[in-house]
Amino acid sequence: MTSAAIPARTRAAARRRRAVSVPRVALHAFLAFTALLWLAPVGWAVFTSFRPYSDTAEHGYVSIPHALSLVNYKNAWTQGQIPLHFWNSMIVTIPAIVLILLFASSVAFVVSRFSFWFNVPMLIFFMAANLLPQQVIITPLYELYLRINLPGWMTGGNGLLYDSFLGLIAINVAFQTGFCTFVLANYMKTIPSSLGEAARVDGAGVVRQFFGIILPLCKPALAALAALEFTWIYNDFLWAVVLMSSGDKRPITSSLTNLQGTFFTDNNLISAASVLVALPTVLVFLALQRQFINGLTLGANKG
Amino acid sequence: MAIDIAARSDVGGARRKTRAVRLSGRDRVAIAVMLGIPTLVVGALIWFPTVASVVLSFTNWDGIGGVGTAKWVGTQNYREIATIYPPFWPAVEHNAIWLVFLAFVATPFGLFIAYQLDKEIRGSRIYQSIFYLPVVLSFAIIGFIWQLVYSPTQGLINNIFEDPAHGNVTDWLGNPKLNLCAVLVAVGWRHVGYVMVLYLAGLKALDPSLREAAAIDGAGEWHAFRTVVFPALKPINIVIVVVTVIEALRAFDIVYIINRGRNGLELLSVLVTDNIIGEASRIGYGSSIAVILIMISIVPIVVFVWNSFQESTT
Repeated sequence: MTSAAIPARTRAAARRRRAVSVPRVALHAFLAFTALLWLAPVGWAVFTSFRPYSDTAEHGYVSIPHALSLVNYKNAWTQGQIPLHFWNSMIVTIPAIVLILLFASSVAFVVSRFSFWFNVPMLIFFMAANLLPQQVIITPLYELYLRINLPGWMTGGNGLLYDSFLGLIAINVAFQTGFCTFVLANYMKTIPSSLGEAARVDGAGVVRQFFGIILPLCKPALAALAALEFTWIYNDFLWAVVLMSSGDKRPITSSLTNLQGTFFTDNNLISAASVLVALPTVLVFLALQRQFINGLTLGANKG
Repeated sequence: MAIDIAARSDVGGARRKTRAVRLSGRDRVAIAVMLGIPTLVVGALIWFPTVASVVLSFTNWDGIGGVGTAKWVGTQNYREIATIYPPFWPAVEHNAIWLVFLAFVATPFGLFIAYQLDKEIRGSRIYQSIFYLPVVLSFAIIGFIWQLVYSPTQGLINNIFEDPAHGNVTDWLGNPKLNLCAVLVAVGWRHVGYVMVLYLAGLKALDPSLREAAAIDGAGEWHAFRTVVFPALKPINIVIVVVTVIEALRAFDIVYIINRGRNGLELLSVLVTDNIIGEASRIGYGSSIAVILIMISIVPIVVFVWNSFQESTT
């Protein structure tokens, strides 16, 4: 490294920076404008949600607010029974995530750490299941759910898989396991096989290798997948609309249809409800942004 | 996809080593359980209904009474949906428009944004978060939010560009000639962020010297992108194509929230659902449309599966 080379290089870099400055400014202007456009719908919902109906009725929706309040949130919270539906969402989402990660990591462990002839067919069996459009299976699934009888304590009420939390958990697990299996299988293949061998020499069985060695090493991938699956299952609409008939058992996203009927014209209330319902996924995203995006690009296949 | 490359180098070694290992009886049972239960769940709730859809599409089963009452009717359901089922062809058209819009408008825009944000721009992370934000929202919420934007008298757009106080308004979501375009704007709003994140990951994984080499060649930016960068993104491009086709086939929630998928917003997925929980319950029709969806979606699924195993086993 000669001392003369450095100033020469920085000068060249500075010249280059100056040379591109006009396109750079244009680019920044373009990005800032587009970003504002992108935020506008959400910003509009948030803005409307803080304005009492009387204020917008008097001054119009695009106007400087004369009063701001939480009254819409209060009404949405009580009239939309938001706490109840939040709770329903958790009853479905949390067990589903646990089961998905357990199933997916088990399958991924076997197909990535052993070499059976069926490894590839097995992976295709799981992966392709996640790529099908849901409507492909919904008709027979609905009829199936109406015909599966289970003890009342498992399904709560009518004894059918239809209209039960268990049924919703089951379909979410079945549908999402494929994606996580794919991601985890790829992830586990990067773990050196010598690690498992050392454990085997020490006499550790398959189960101990799985829970004791491989699974702890997959923590980053599991965290990423948990964040992604939380949003996907929380955001599910179709399964709940078709398979859950009781309004008061519906998870929050699908319960939005009830709200629509009740408050047909009160946009202020609807916007407050939308903000409340969107909040958990937005918070998860903001808090776990890195894991979130890692998870998505790790698999890079989610349909 | 960097993961795949690492996996590839491991496969040969792993195979040689593990073949020598003898599994004890307990290990065999453990492996059987680890594979068996997930296989059973996915087989029973995904693959069995898929096959059942195909079979039911050739019968006249009405869903009432046992499946034993079903009669084989050959291709009658297919002939009927194509000839005497009015919403079928509009739905096909709307799904096609949906796909074309996502593939040729939203996806290139997402790629464009990703390419710009990859230039180590100041505030790149903030921009990324903003563009990605719609992706974490459900389509149901997106439907609600855009209803607020499009509302004829109370909406953002009409209050800025029109004069709702004097009754001169566009009914964006109510007019069957406009509502599909209006909904596609909302759908594109989400799709752009999705595509952007995937492409950003792909661009970051590219060798920076690739682009520099093109620059030294004196090639213009567009030329360098077209001839060097874009071809190098091939693995991501395949993923994007698959994701886009499947998203276009799955589209449902947003139109269902807006008007239950009627009056200009008919989609194949809505017709399937209508035949279960709607008024006109024709299991055969719903299943036939499901089979059409299978036939279309099988193409991207095979492409994707083939591609990912190609990468990890060659």
